[in-house]
Amino acid sequence: MAIVGYLIRRLLTGIIVVWLVATITFFLFFARPVYTVARQIAGHAATPQVIQEAINNLGLNQPIMTQYWHFLDNLVHGNLGYSFYSGESVDTMLRQDLPPTISLVIGGTILWLIVGLSVGVISATRARSVFDRVSSVGVLIGLSMPAFVIGELLIGYVFQPLYSHGFHFFNTGYAGITSGIGPFLGHMILPWITLATIQAAVYTRLSRGQLLETLGEDYIRTARSKGLSERRVIFRHGVRAALTPVLSQLGVDMGQLLGGVVVVETVFGLGGIGQVSVEAVDQDNLPVIIGFVIIAAIFVVIANIVVDLLYAALDPRVRII
Amino acid sequence: MSVQTDYGFEAHQIGEAQDRSVNAPVQGRTQWQLTWRRLRSDKVSMIALTVIVIMVLLAIFAPAVAALTHHPVNMAYPVNGENEDGNPVPPGTNGFLFGTDSTGRDLLVRVLYGARISLFVGIVTTLIATVLGVAVGLIAGYFGGVIDTILARFTDAVLAFPYIVLALALAAVFGPSLTIIVVMITFFSWAGIARIVRGQTLSIKEKEYVEAARSLGAGPFRIMFFDILPNLLAPVLVIGTLYIPNAVVFEATLSYLGLGVQAPTPSWGNMLSDAQNFYQVAWWYLVIPAVALLITTLAFNLLGDGIRDAMDPRTEKLIAARRMRRRLTRRNVKQGNKEALSGLAIGGAAAAETGKRG
Repeated sequence: MAIVGYLIRRLLTGIIVVWLVATITFFLFFARPVYTVARQIAGHAATPQVIQEAINNLGLNQPIMTQYWHFLDNLVHGNLGYSFYSGESVDTMLRQDLPPTISLVIGGTILWLIVGLSVGVISATRARSVFDRVSSVGVLIGLSMPAFVIGELLIGYVFQPLYSHGFHFFNTGYAGITSGIGPFLGHMILPWITLATIQAAVYTRLSRGQLLETLGEDYIRTARSKGLSERRVIFRHGVRAALTPVLSQLGVDMGQLLGGVVVVETVFGLGGIGQVSVEAVDQDNLPVIIGFVIIAAIFVVIANIVVDLLYAALDPRVRII
Repeated sequence: MSVQTDYGFEAHQIGEAQDRSVNAPVQGRTQWQLTWRRLRSDKVSMIALTVIVIMVLLAIFAPAVAALTHHPVNMAYPVNGENEDGNPVPPGTNGFLFGTDSTGRDLLVRVLYGARISLFVGIVTTLIATVLGVAVGLIAGYFGGVIDTILARFTDAVLAFPYIVLALALAAVFGPSLTIIVVMITFFSWAGIARIVRGQTLSIKEKEYVEAARSLGAGPFRIMFFDILPNLLAPVLVIGTLYIPNAVVFEATLSYLGLGVQAPTPSWGNMLSDAQNFYQVAWWYLVIPAVALLITTLAFNLLGDGIRDAMDPRTEKLIAARRMRRRLTRRNVKQGNKEALSGLAIGGAAAAETGKRG
């Protein structure tokens, strides 16, 4: 039952964090003069009357605390406000754009962890081998390369040549899983690789270093000397202990992952919530950006709770009460 | 034979006479001198350092290159710089060493001007972030208690915050600009440094010499900045070097998304963003800025790793083994000693063994 109490406490602090983020973003956005926003929306040739009308329509003429109250009231009811341009509800917009983002995050994370951890473990168990050297060069390049460059190179030198030679499996844009597993994979594999490459580099390095250190510990020698198989020594005793620092890094990296999502969506034109928000910046469409910031905060809070639970499951010394 | 080597304990291992007088006074070397010696013997780090110096010089003298080629940075050459279809011309055409970009501007000059932005952002943000991070980490670690709790929580919050999301918000409010980029990157860089400095401060403040300073009547700020800080400089230097490439990548990403440096000012990020419309017709437009970016970040990453290894006294053994292996190889090659050479391939330890036998 302890875990229920723990979850309730974590969720409450999570709600406070989301509220803080929402409030800060809200007031940050109202540091801008209302007139500028309205002018942008009404167009350059607008008369003062038209601009005033735009201000009134958006409800920007009300006192700021009234607006804040409306904002919070709506937020509690799951309403993120309305787009300045289309008048469409922001939560409908973001909900429509969520599937590409979720596919990207889940697929990318799976690929990233599998590649990052397995390469790290193999490098550590075969330190100074050819594999280890090749992988550490790869890690350095992965660390030095921005996600969008990898994405662009994949488009320019994998997707384009294949596509122009009649090989239409790989594709840009987004196709939902409902359009069949083949097209879905074709659309998602390159974005997954891009997202995973950047993140995997960090994890390869981290898990290799941790495992090398762990394998030098006395209890590993004890495990070997009592006759355990090498596989059991490495996986049950070594990897398990080496993974805990890797996991705590995972909690920190959830925020960075969202940044990567924004970039990858833009490069491949997936049209997820990240790409929509980048476009919203160009249009001064503040409600959409507030919506994205809040969703990002919720994601980071939930992901961190999951990571902490995993941490407790992996490391018997950690107790959650 | 008694040999005066640089490091006494290895004298018997090397077992080879050096032209040093036995009676010469032993000179003390500071930690920095030792680090520099180790760094200098690491080829990769030296190449990385050379690349960085060249990049910095090229960035500084970018206007000179523009003057030499008579191609101002934002000047378009619709006649010479574009082919019949209005596309960029390849490297080496009509005096354009790196070819031209989408509007017929000299790519070489623009890449060099892009280096100015990247290196400026990388170095300036890292400097400011280092000062902030060291201050916060020192204060949190030294005073502890409530101050530590508040600062540490704040640091963790910054580390976990999705930075591109905040960049989106700030760019929406204030409009994209170089200033926003510098503020943003600094804001997200100090936290990592603060965390490391705090950890180091926690262990250093328990040392006897801090106790001694306190008993001599030194105040907290004197202890923090005169006793603890000098001992922190090594890890701070390493992490600082490794933060520069992050900042460069960060700037390029923001400019790529249109949240940073705005056209026509060239930045590697916004050049690459434009280049993606010209994959098929102008590979150089995509590849040259990408390679410039990769070389720069790779050089800083390699140098950072090199400095970290050079700070670590354990590296000394590796270098000594490498040096000896080289010396033995040279001698054995001269004597045509195949057998000894085959033993050398195994590594430092094997080389030491061979050395003893020989």
